[in-house]
Amino acid sequence: MNKRFTMHIDVDAFLPATDEEKAYMVQMRPSSTFFRDGVKRLLKNKVATVSLIIILIITLSSLIIPAFWPYSYESMLGVRPGKSVDASFNNLSPFEYGETEQARIAAGETVFPHIFGTDSSGRDYFIRVIYGTRISLAVGFFASLIVLIIGMTIGSIAGYCGGKVDLIIMRFVDMIYSLPDMLMVILLATVLKQTLAPVLEGTSLARIGVNIISLFVVFGVLYWVSMSRLIRGQILSLREQEYVLAAKAAGAKGGWIIRKHLLPNCISVVVISTALQIPSAIFTESFLSFVGLGVNAPMPSLGSLASDALNGLSSYPYRMVIPAVVISLIVLSLNLFGDGLRDAFDPKLRT
Amino acid sequence: MNSKTMFYILKRIGLALLTIWVVITVTFFVMHAVPGGPFMSEKAVSPTAQAALEAKYGLDKPLLEQYGTYLKDIVTKFDFGPSVKQRGRMVIDVIADGMKTSAKLGVIAAAVAGVVGIVLGAWAALRRNKLIDKTIMVITTAFVSMPSFIMGSLLLVLFAITWMVLPANGAAKGGLVLPIITLSLYPMAYITRLTRSSMLDVLGQDYIRTAKAKGVSRAKIIFGHALKNSLIPVITYFGPMLAYIVTGSLVVEKIFAVPGIGRAFVTSITSRDYPMVMGTTIVLAVLIVVMNLVSDILYKVVDPRINFD
Repeated sequence: MNKRFTMHIDVDAFLPATDEEKAYMVQMRPSSTFFRDGVKRLLKNKVATVSLIIILIITLSSLIIPAFWPYSYESMLGVRPGKSVDASFNNLSPFEYGETEQARIAAGETVFPHIFGTDSSGRDYFIRVIYGTRISLAVGFFASLIVLIIGMTIGSIAGYCGGKVDLIIMRFVDMIYSLPDMLMVILLATVLKQTLAPVLEGTSLARIGVNIISLFVVFGVLYWVSMSRLIRGQILSLREQEYVLAAKAAGAKGGWIIRKHLLPNCISVVVISTALQIPSAIFTESFLSFVGLGVNAPMPSLGSLASDALNGLSSYPYRMVIPAVVISLIVLSLNLFGDGLRDAFDPKLRT
Repeated sequence: MNSKTMFYILKRIGLALLTIWVVITVTFFVMHAVPGGPFMSEKAVSPTAQAALEAKYGLDKPLLEQYGTYLKDIVTKFDFGPSVKQRGRMVIDVIADGMKTSAKLGVIAAAVAGVVGIVLGAWAALRRNKLIDKTIMVITTAFVSMPSFIMGSLLLVLFAITWMVLPANGAAKGGLVLPIITLSLYPMAYITRLTRSSMLDVLGQDYIRTAKAKGVSRAKIIFGHALKNSLIPVITYFGPMLAYIVTGSLVVEKIFAVPGIGRAFVTSITSRDYPMVMGTTIVLAVLIVVMNLVSDILYKVVDPRINFD
């Protein structure tokens, strides 16, 4: 088409729009935010949704059930003040009752059943599994939180400052990264157990247990490195963006830029890697419990329950199978949910 | 091998040596920070006997001098001092004893994991999105999510107690079969997934299409072009795999009562045999660091395209 350039103005183009044209421009659906988009993608992912439901069910039941369950995780049912120990309560099979309970049933009372039986000290095993789940989940969650806070702080400082600061921090990170982590965890846990006990005695922290505290310390010391590497990489690429330059030109200080501009933009990466950190923390806790460096007795964790079950494995294999299934279920669904989260919120990271 | 590669290798060796030094130093000072020191005993000992004991182990000297002696003994003589709980035995002898069984266990487990993992991974990649691929992926996902002590216990319940086909005791004849299976399942699953994704990546490359267009036979494409190139990322997993097998052997040897270094380590933790804990930590750490070093260098040599900086 041979269109010549003219100064002639097409008057038709300036007429008010007809209703038909207006209807064409009406937005058919409300605009969607990044977050809502991600949630929609996440819910479309069946595997991730099912995993999320499983995690919620396990978490909620571990929080709610101990509140109304008639037995507690530490009370040995056979032990009564002023009487000799009633050994009939030890090692009950599922849905069996101790002698005094059988007498009460014979007298017409209803006794709450021991769904998973009792352990070798006569403690209700069901509530121990539930409580152990709560401990394991809490340890996983708080350990990841510690890793997140330390890794985020150091990573963003290294990424933002650059230059010598970055070089020194990153050499230090390399150093810690190349240490064999599990061996160092075992070493530190062994030592902290002895060192922290007298320090913590009498404080409110002692109630949580020296071993869990040392586990948190170990996580804080060793596992922040990969998180800080991740954040640093993100910040390095983000700080070259124009809006950071604009903020600087407007007189914003470093801390403000990190908090208001850089961190919010790494948030999806951070959330995803924290979600994937939780199962690995649960893994580590159960491993340490199994080696004998986990939670303090009588407090149960899934790892210590499995470890205790090893002694009576040939007679009571279900005592090993139950915590094993719960722990695998938690780790598996957290991993799958984390993968789904990554696919939904950060398609770039997809592997 | 050009000078850049050489420089990388030297740098990597330097980092490994530094890491080993840090491990020894951290281990030493951390252990000596324990109240009562590493040679604390539960039994009440008379002051003279205590003094004699400290003199014998050199504990009366200043800490830095003890550190120097410890470091020197390790570097020159592989000497980690005497075990506290096993009277009259040197730590290094206990480690060497346990190493015989553990090395056999670890090497076989690693070989099984490598071979089975690569075969399954390649198979899954070639049958992408078919039933066999999905089955392999579901099973490996389950294996990756299962801590080794749970895997070991379940295998023990099934094979040794319920079906009674294999011995539960690792010292018995054929007793290493279950520990080897337990130890190899996780790395096997990991290698399968790694091989699959890397193989899929390679199969989409231009040179594979070129080979197909040239009329190269399918077997030659798979083994000569695709598999060879997709194994490069698997090499990097060798270091982490060894680390996993070392830590995994701690629990596996406990479960199956294998008389190896892992069980000795766990026992020394619970019995607070500090020189033994220190010695084992250092030996295992050196093993892991060296394996990481080897797999990193191998990676660089095999594929010069990779640039680390």
